[in-house]
Amino acid sequence: MEYNWNWSILFEEQYLNWLISGFGWTVSVALSAWCIAIVIGALVGVGKTVPNKVIRGICATYVEIFRNVPLLVQMFIWYFAVPEMLPDDWGRWMKRDMPNPEFVTAVVALGLYTASRIAEQVRAGIETVPPGLTAAATAHGLSVGQTYRYVLLPISFRMIVPPLTSEFLTVFKNSSLALTIGLLELTAQSQQIAEYTFQGFEAFTAATVIYVCIALVATVLMQLLEKYTRIPGYVGKEG
Amino acid sequence: MISIENISKWYSDFRVLTDCTTSVKKGEVVVVCGPSGSGKSTLIKCVNGLEPVQEGRITVDGDEVTAKHANLTALRSRIGMVFQHFELYPHMSVLENLCLAQEKVLGRSRSEAVARAEKLLARVGMADHVKKYPSQLSGGQQQRIAIARSLAMDPIAMLFDEPTSALDPEMIKEVLDVMVELAQEGMTMMVVTHEMGFARKVADRVIFMDEGAIIEDRPTTEFFDNPVSERAKDFLSKILNH
Repeated sequence: MEYNWNWSILFEEQYLNWLISGFGWTVSVALSAWCIAIVIGALVGVGKTVPNKVIRGICATYVEIFRNVPLLVQMFIWYFAVPEMLPDDWGRWMKRDMPNPEFVTAVVALGLYTASRIAEQVRAGIETVPPGLTAAATAHGLSVGQTYRYVLLPISFRMIVPPLTSEFLTVFKNSSLALTIGLLELTAQSQQIAEYTFQGFEAFTAATVIYVCIALVATVLMQLLEKYTRIPGYVGKEG
Repeated sequence: MISIENISKWYSDFRVLTDCTTSVKKGEVVVVCGPSGSGKSTLIKCVNGLEPVQEGRITVDGDEVTAKHANLTALRSRIGMVFQHFELYPHMSVLENLCLAQEKVLGRSRSEAVARAEKLLARVGMADHVKKYPSQLSGGQQQRIAIARSLAMDPIAMLFDEPTSALDPEMIKEVLDVMVELAQEGMTMMVVTHEMGFARKVADRVIFMDEGAIIEDRPTTEFFDNPVSERAKDFLSKILNH
């Protein structure tokens, strides 16, 4: 195979700027989506464990819908189908006046999808808390809300830090699907560099290295979080 | 103080309590005993509404626990409860375990709550362990803290659900000592236990249950010296001669 290696193109100003900009969008989409996912995921996860059947049903439906439809399809639905389904004025606003439509859509789609996965982890975390602790909190007069806030959630969130770490990594990787609706994030920019320079190996190697670096930083951050929040002597090894 | 009138309870089709009636006067110590599965734990969990009952009426200090719209949180904050497996909050230090409900339920200030907690921890001999986490302590220590946690709410009565059953033998005494002291100070107590020595020493009455029904409910000495029912005789012979 004849291939002219030329790593230097990655450091030409134009292409370097594309990579930096792509990196910026990837991180912005992933972190914004993560914020939505944590908030909604926690609410839905809690909702799946409350005594009220209607709330449980709504939350279970949410999880099944968002978890079972492929993320790519969800991106397309939010970007192409939702504006058509809304009342005319809203649809027109989404298509014409909404600032950064690709970014906003990607954040919403990725956030709501990841929320369904986090919800399941939150639910599982709450269910691993021994029922006796709930009984003790109840017996001391704590309301259901207080029991969740001071006992169930603090314990379950600590227990689900490890699975949340992989979810946190996945949100960065899944953000690459935003390129399909036209957001120039890291993968899209590398593809563009490949098209402009015919240096596909270099361009995608750069993207790979950047994704790996993001993942390493994210892993270290989550490990610090895990260490900081560990309950002494309760789960896992002593920190 | 506590009055239980004709309560019955089912788990779907399975009847766990059958027409139980008894009462506990202020300052009285009542021990509930019986073979496992006899419904004794369920009975005391009904007293603070942790378990709902399908029939009958329970009142504590004049407030009806079994009423449809009973304010159970307010009621529960006035009744202490100690569990077989301690159930200390594992993510909180000993001090926080004692302060949580004081601050969030009773609305005490931080300094008030801490002062009350420290006083009670000293009383149960755990003053040196305020900063530790539950899993760093022995079972006996955890149970003493659990007792202090309930006392911090200044309860009008205390319920004990097999407080020593999960403990190693050498730790049972330290927990029983705290309970005996509490009984002698005049606390109203309902205790599910197999510790017949404890019952003899401090109980005013013993309730013997079997298959969800109260078989005997008599003054302590009468129950031990002269049990009426065959089932109680059989139970006592097994438990006292092992």
